[in-house]
Amino acid sequence: MMEDKQALWLPEAASTYAGSVDSLFYFILVTSVILFVGVVTTMVVFAWRFRRRSAADRPVPVKENKVIEASWILVPFILVTIVFIWGFRVFITMSVAPPNAMEITVRAQKWSWLFEYPEGVRSNALHVPVGRPVKLKMSSADVLHSLYIPAFRTKQDVIPGRYTYAWFEATRQDTFPLMCTEYCGQQHSTMLSSVVVHSQDGFEAWLQESQLGTDASPAERGEALYTQLGCLACHSLDGTPGIGPSFEGLAATERAFTDGTRAVADDNYLREAIVAPAVRIVEGYDALMPATYATLEPEEVDALVAFIQEH
Amino acid sequence: MADHHAAPHEAHAEHKAGFWRTYWFSTDHKVIGIQYGITALAFLLFGFILMLLMRWQLASPGVEIPFLGALTPEMYNQFGAMHGTIMVFLGIVPLAVGAFGNYVVPLQIGAIDMAFPRLNMASYHFFFWGGVVMLASFFVPQGAAKAGWTSYPPLADIETMGQTMWLWGMVLLITSSLLGAINFITTIVQLRTEGMTYFRMPFFVWAQFVTAFLLLLAFPPLEAAGFLQLADRLLDTSFFLPSGLVTADGPLDVSGGGSPLLWQHLFWFLAHPEVYVLILPAMGIVAEVLANNTRKPLWGFRLMVYSLIFLGIMSFIVWAHHMFITGMGTAISAFFQVTTMIISIPSVIILSALIITLRGGSIRFTVPMLFALGFLPMFGIGGLTGLPLGLAPTDIPLHDTYYVIGHFHYVVAPGTILALFAGIYYWFPKMTGRTLNDTLGKVHFWGTIISMNCIFFPMLIQGLAGVSRRLFDGGLAYSFSEPVLEYNMFMSIAAAALFVFQVPFIVNLIMSLRKDRNVKKANYWDATTLDWSATPLTPVAHGNFETVPHVYRDPYEYSVPGSGVPFLSQDMAPQDDGPSEATIEVVA
Repeated sequence: MMEDKQALWLPEAASTYAGSVDSLFYFILVTSVILFVGVVTTMVVFAWRFRRRSAADRPVPVKENKVIEASWILVPFILVTIVFIWGFRVFITMSVAPPNAMEITVRAQKWSWLFEYPEGVRSNALHVPVGRPVKLKMSSADVLHSLYIPAFRTKQDVIPGRYTYAWFEATRQDTFPLMCTEYCGQQHSTMLSSVVVHSQDGFEAWLQESQLGTDASPAERGEALYTQLGCLACHSLDGTPGIGPSFEGLAATERAFTDGTRAVADDNYLREAIVAPAVRIVEGYDALMPATYATLEPEEVDALVAFIQEH
Repeated sequence: MADHHAAPHEAHAEHKAGFWRTYWFSTDHKVIGIQYGITALAFLLFGFILMLLMRWQLASPGVEIPFLGALTPEMYNQFGAMHGTIMVFLGIVPLAVGAFGNYVVPLQIGAIDMAFPRLNMASYHFFFWGGVVMLASFFVPQGAAKAGWTSYPPLADIETMGQTMWLWGMVLLITSSLLGAINFITTIVQLRTEGMTYFRMPFFVWAQFVTAFLLLLAFPPLEAAGFLQLADRLLDTSFFLPSGLVTADGPLDVSGGGSPLLWQHLFWFLAHPEVYVLILPAMGIVAEVLANNTRKPLWGFRLMVYSLIFLGIMSFIVWAHHMFITGMGTAISAFFQVTTMIISIPSVIILSALIITLRGGSIRFTVPMLFALGFLPMFGIGGLTGLPLGLAPTDIPLHDTYYVIGHFHYVVAPGTILALFAGIYYWFPKMTGRTLNDTLGKVHFWGTIISMNCIFFPMLIQGLAGVSRRLFDGGLAYSFSEPVLEYNMFMSIAAAALFVFQVPFIVNLIMSLRKDRNVKKANYWDATTLDWSATPLTPVAHGNFETVPHVYRDPYEYSVPGSGVPFLSQDMAPQDDGPSEATIEVVA
């Protein structure tokens, strides 16, 4: 029931500035509704009251009235001045991150998000502590994307070739949707992730957990990378075909490619499929995998190959 | 003056011209206007059908469409990009400016044709071939453009061949608009008949005049930008491509150093004035129809004209309110918020003046009047829902959501399109010499306005909930949008209903071919403007007037107290019922 109520208007607010954005919006909304009802009522009354009753009907002359004309300029002017000054204060709050904000690096690419934290931890969902300002430093590898967190009223385009910034301070511990809202190609609709808001302690604990110990095996490191790098956006682990083939039972099977050739998925094939995915495309799929994984460290590639082999 | 008198006779020679010369390569502004009208209506229908297919997909994602199969993301994205392009550049602008502007402006100012008739013909043919290129792009490998009607790079730069076709099509369409704009400006400045001072020009002519300036000044930057994007695609330049891009085929082999934001600035520098290109002619039509059917002058005519000019000028300095979330900086954002707030005022003035015009009237509820009255509240919703989008803090959560889609469709669909229908019903008797059926017209009006609201109002609610635009599954992947997704079925049924309610309109057009639908009198609506009062024949013959009219009065002298007649047309000489001065002059 609660959710129904939320969905009718703006989603339930969960950041420090969301409340002031909403107040401004609802002020404009209520004023607009009053104006609209007033104007339409006037129109309907005029239209009915002054309808032609017979062919001999003549209009009543209406004189031009400078006072009415001036008021039609003045009243909207006062209203827009109010909302502008009000809005500008909110806008400055939304635009300028507090100096003590924690910085998280965001990398967008077709069609996944990668978040990188101060301690070198990476994830494909955004993890933040509650009650602490977070500043996002964002860049894109390919085309325009836009990071949108409806519950925080946060939205910022992510542009290749330059950094853009956004900030927020979450007020509630919960998981909220996060998505790309700038059209970015074929699978734009699936470029979806989430924001996990932890308690302060919970966030520290999550960072600890996500830092892999030196004793982790390559396959364990590969599993972590699978989540962090966003592989799961396209490759499932349970056999469900996604944008790319599932990893389930992939290793050592024979693969048929769109160019008519076939090959067994051994270590060398898997390596090639990660660093140069466009070379051979598995039948039934499109050449959609980004080439950005060519820049992975050799150990990371080894770890992923080991993970896929063992899975 | 001498030229004016001679010209109609010269023009008679063209009556003997063959079919192609008369109907396809005509230089008569009225024939060109009708060519524009028919082509634009066909494109509007086509763009609407694309939307019906998309709405099918949104209501029931993945369910197969008869004869077409399930819509893939590629198809959905093509349809989306082409729906926008077709509706704006091939549907509404050609209908509002090309058709009504061409047909009505010379008649209303008492000119025998446009200033440059051959340029006018060229303008139509550039438009036509631009449309053909756009349609042909559906058949090239991998289909039509699918980077949205805004064609933002880098995506558009690296898209498939359809995007190149889109750019060539745009170049042709822009060329067409530029030729038309020069022609309108010259015609209105130079060819107004004697006595037709600027403030005696009907509001519709004023609207077309300002629109022509917008087209002339705003389109060249987009034409330049179109060529730059073509160069990026075909000549490996990097105007819009920064360094270091990586796509599915590996790192892009371009020099880089370009800026994707440059395109957005150039695009919106056109596309915001373009919004006013869509809306000003619509206001012009509504003003004509309201004055004619309230049987009284427009209230605050001069104020309306000043507002129109002010709107036109301001529309050039608001473009970046489409870019609040690009991170262009708070100072620039502040400037564009201020200009955007200011530009709302003249729109409020025009809308209120039109509503106050109703006061004291003797209102005839004709079909064009219904459409014009329907325009007023619909444009009101369109304008008011735009307010939160003009302010950065409220724009940020709403940007790129269905709220934006709902907002601009209220301006353009129930707004402009209703006004264009008003124009069709109003000038149809003059254009064809036939009348349209009132009952079918009323069914068309009520069906259209109700179904349009059922489509667009839920979009505002979906947008508030956070549903993004351009999602081929309509937001199915978003768990949070679930409660508002159920509206999709309702909206799609409303879209189908909107289609059904266009049938009475089409039937009406066809039925008007019947002989008993001949117009009985030349001034069908008892109008004061020259298009009705000074043209004795319907449809109007080549050369327009038997004698060039002389204008003596303001455009809307309906029910002037003490005049003893229901209306005084602009060419009626002061205090006499006999032949006007102009006629005497010619006889002498």
